[in-house]
Amino acid sequence: MWPLTPYSRVKAWENTRSVLSDPAGSVAGVPADNPLIRAYQLTKRFGNFTAVDGIDFELHRGEAFGFLGPNGAGKSSTMRMIGCVSPPTSGELSIFGLDPVADGPAIRARLGVVPQEDTLDVELTVRENLLVYGRYFGLSRAVIRERSARLLDFVQLADRAGDRVDPLSGGLKRRLTIARSLINDPDVLLLDEPTTGLDPQARHVVWDRLFRLKQQGVTLVLTTHYMDEAEQLCDRLVVMDRGRIAAGGSPRELIDRYSTPEVLELRFDPAVHDNAAEKLASVPAQRREVLADRVLLYVPDGDAALGAVRSLGLEPLTSLVRRSTLEDVFLRLTGRRLED
Amino acid sequence: MTAVTTPAPARPAAWPFAVRQLRFWLTDYRRTWRGSIVSTVLNPLLYLGAMGLGLGTLVDQHGTAHLGGVSYLVFLAPGLLAASAMGNAVGESTYPVYGSVKWNKTYQAAVAAPLRPADLFHGHLLFVTMKLTMTSSVFLAVAAAFGALTSPLAIAALPVAVLTGLAFAAPIEAWTVTRSRDTSLAVVYRFGVIPLFLFSGTFFPVTQLPAWIRPVAYLTPLWHGVALCRALCLGTATLPGALLHVAYLAAVLAAGIWAGNRTYRRRLYV
Repeated sequence: MWPLTPYSRVKAWENTRSVLSDPAGSVAGVPADNPLIRAYQLTKRFGNFTAVDGIDFELHRGEAFGFLGPNGAGKSSTMRMIGCVSPPTSGELSIFGLDPVADGPAIRARLGVVPQEDTLDVELTVRENLLVYGRYFGLSRAVIRERSARLLDFVQLADRAGDRVDPLSGGLKRRLTIARSLINDPDVLLLDEPTTGLDPQARHVVWDRLFRLKQQGVTLVLTTHYMDEAEQLCDRLVVMDRGRIAAGGSPRELIDRYSTPEVLELRFDPAVHDNAAEKLASVPAQRREVLADRVLLYVPDGDAALGAVRSLGLEPLTSLVRRSTLEDVFLRLTGRRLED
Repeated sequence: MTAVTTPAPARPAAWPFAVRQLRFWLTDYRRTWRGSIVSTVLNPLLYLGAMGLGLGTLVDQHGTAHLGGVSYLVFLAPGLLAASAMGNAVGESTYPVYGSVKWNKTYQAAVAAPLRPADLFHGHLLFVTMKLTMTSSVFLAVAAAFGALTSPLAIAALPVAVLTGLAFAAPIEAWTVTRSRDTSLAVVYRFGVIPLFLFSGTFFPVTQLPAWIRPVAYLTPLWHGVALCRALCLGTATLPGALLHVAYLAAVLAAGIWAGNRTYRRRLYV
C-alpha cells in the first residue's frame, strides 16, 4: 500500500510557508546542520532486476551534488525515489526529515524537478505551462504571474512567453522545464540528465543557468553521464555503476585519488596498435589503459612519458597530453567508459 | 530559497488537489471549446433530425404500440441522450488520459508536484462531469426544441445522463491508464461503444431482441441509463424503478473509482 498524505497537512504547510518567508538558506523543519536528504542502504528492485543496490549518501544545504554514471547505473531510479514517485524497495530514505512514502506530497511541494524526458504540455503556451504548474502547488495567479516573469527572464524565454511550446527547440524546452521547476521556490532542485539530447550550444546555455543557480545557493542534485557536466556543476559527486556507488568526493578529490595529474593519449596505426600497446608496458607509468582506438598512459608528467615512448622507437599517429578527468576516474573504477 | 524566486507575500489559493487538476483540464479546454461547442449542438440536431424525424416518420406509419404509444422521435430522444453521454464519456476517458501518460506526460509532471495519482484521476472525473453536464444540457434543450420531451420530469434525466456517462468514464479511465499502446483503445469502440450504442435500447426496445440475449442488455450500464432517461422523459418513471437504475449505475461508477485509484497509483508511482 502507498499511504496518502492527508491533504490538510500539505495545505497547512503551504499556508505557513508563503506567509512566513524563510530566511535564505534555511529549510523548514530541518535543523541547520542536518542533511536535507539522507539515504542508507537504499535499494530499488523491479522484479528480479536490481536498479539501485544499497546505496548510502547525504546531501547538505547549498550543495551541488551529482550522480555520475553510464546509462543503466541506477541514477534515474535514485532520483525518482528522491522525487517521491517511486517507493524504495528497502533501505532508508529521508528528505527534509520526512518519509517519502508517507509524506510524498508534502516533500514534493518543496522540490523542483527537471525530469529526463520533457513533460511539458506542448499544446499550451510557455506562460500557460507555468500557470498550470504553479497551480499544482496551490499558488495564486498573482504569485504565479510575478514569478513567471522573473523565471522566464532568468532562462531567457521572456520573448517567447506567448508562444505554443510544441514548435520550440529542445534547448528552449529544457530551459522552460527549468523555469517551471523553480515556480514553487524549491528547497532542492532535482535535475535528471539535464542536458542529454541537447546540442553543444544549447547545453552550454543550460549549464550557465544552472551555474548561476548554484552561485545563488540553490541546492542542486543532478544525474549525468557527461563528465564535463559533473566537473563544472558538482561540488561533490558519487560515481555510480550497476546500482552501486563506486566512489564519492569532490571532482578534484576523486581525480587525485583515482588518477594521475596527467594522461598521455596515444593513437597508433590500427595495423600496429596491438604491438605498440604491448611495447608500451616498458614505459614507466602508474597505469596503462588499452582502448580499442587509443592507449592511455597515466603519468605524473605527460611530456616526459612521450619522450620515453619515442625513445622506444614508437611513433604514434597522434599524441595528446592532458589533465586527468572524471572520465579517467570512471575508467579506473569500472574498467569501462562513461558514454559507451 | 532561490534568489530568483524570493517568496511572494500573498497567500496561496489552496484548492484541494483534485480541483487543481480540474483547473488544468479547464485551461487545456480553453484551446478547443469552440470546436467542441459546435459538435455539442450539431450532434443532437443531426441525430434527432435524421433518425427522429426522417426515419421516425416511416416508423410511426406502422404503429407505435411497441414504442409505448409515443412517436419515434419521443421514444428516441431520451435514448440518444444517454447514449451520447456514454459516447462523450468514452471519448474523454480514452485518448486524453492515454496522452497524459504516454504523449505529453503531463500526469508524470503533476505527480512530480504535490498531486497524488488519485488526485489526477478524480480531477479528470470532475472535468468529465462538467463536460457531460454541458453536453447533456444542450442535448435536452435541442430535444425540447424538437418537441421530443413530453414530461416535466425530463429535467431529472440530466443528472441521470451524467451518471450514465460517469459509469463508463471511471472504469474506462482506470483501464486506459494501464495501457502501453494506443491501439488497444480502438478496441473499446469496436467491441464496447458501438454494440452498446446499437443494442441497449437506444433505437428500439430491448424487448425486440431475441429472448436469450436480453439479459446481456440488462447488464450493460447503458441500458439502465437509457431506460431511466426514457421513463423520466415520458413521465412513466416509478420511484423503485428509478432507484434501482441509479443504484446500478452508481455501483459501476464506485467500482470504477475503486479500480482507478489503484491503477493510477501503480502506473505513476513505479
